[in-house]
Amino acid sequence: MDPIYLAGVNDPATYINWGWLSISVPNLIVILIMIVLFALAILLPFPKGRDRS
Amino acid sequence: MTADSPNPAVEPDNVQAVVDSPADVDTGSSVGLDPTVDPDPGIDPSSSMWTSRLRRAWMSKLPPDELLPDRQPAYVASWIYVFGVLTLAAFLVILVTGLVLAFAGPAWYHTSSPGLFTNSLHFWSVQLFFVFMVVHLWGKFWMAAWRGRRAMTWITGVVAFLASIGTAFTGYLVQTNFDSQWISFEAKDGLNAVGIGAFFNVANLGQMLLLHACLLPLVVGVIAVWHVLLVRSRGVVPPIDTVDTEFSVTPADGASATEVRP
Ligand code: HEM
Repeated sequence: MDPIYLAGVNDPATYINWGWLSISVPNLIVILIMIVLFALAILLPFPKGRDRS
Repeated sequence: MTADSPNPAVEPDNVQAVVDSPADVDTGSSVGLDPTVDPDPGIDPSSSMWTSRLRRAWMSKLPPDELLPDRQPAYVASWIYVFGVLTLAAFLVILVTGLVLAFAGPAWYHTSSPGLFTNSLHFWSVQLFFVFMVVHLWGKFWMAAWRGRRAMTWITGVVAFLASIGTAFTGYLVQTNFDSQWISFEAKDGLNAVGIGAFFNVANLGQMLLLHACLLPLVVGVIAVWHVLLVRSRGVVPPIDTVDTEFSVTPADGASATEVRP
């Protein structure tokens, strides 16, 4: 039985071309994830710790 | 050393520190009451031994309260401060899975299901490690976290980043698949062009494997420990608009970190 791959790392990636810019879809996804994580880290409220008043 | 063989190297003022036999010292309930018995025989505050000097230097630079604090300034309550520790956590998973891979060997991790699973854990922890490190880097960049004698924290971060790239690169080269073959044959031309191909030969699997599994993780690990110790000794950098409130731990009087202090 052939294994089911979540991501096919044995085939060349698909590339997106936009003028001079050429980027693979996996790289684009990772960069977008990092930007979203950064925005969430700034915007989401941090849970309050134990009250030590 | 036995109790009855005197050590000639012992100087009179250090005798207390080197006594290692219970027979030499009165350990009864009178310790602390008898003024001739040092209550802490391990410490002589005026000693010039290297152990004492190292201890004093360590204690003044990084006392236990700063190494393992339980309170932090109010501004640290933000998710962006979590990414350094997330990076560290991902690195630990990489180290542990990497150790398993190294001991079990490619015949296991390239064929068996648990081997492939461990190999995947190793690989995906690296992806998380870099994602966390980059968000961490962006966070520290936008808060200019090198302020207030923290340049070395930033620099060790930069070196950790570069060493991590080298570790990941050699890791991709030791997969022994078409991907690693493609990467090495693309890279060799670039490395030859800058004149280091003879010393750092990406087509030399043995060299790449040793660099990846021995030297480079050690470099990243040592730099990361140094980096975190620097953060602990300097305290977390205050936000840019509260430069006057520079102190490392929320004071006992409960003053908030946003309070302007003289
Ligand atoms: C192996 C990778 C790294 C690890 C394990 C790591 C870990 C940490 C940890 C645990 C902290 C304290 C908690 C926090 O503020 O997030 C920290 C702070 C810091 N990191 Fe990193 N870091 C890494 C890479 C980097 C990189 C690439 C940079 C930037 C070039 C950087 C710059 C800083 C700075 C400037 C601080 C100090 C912030 C302050 O004093 O408040 N680090 N790091």
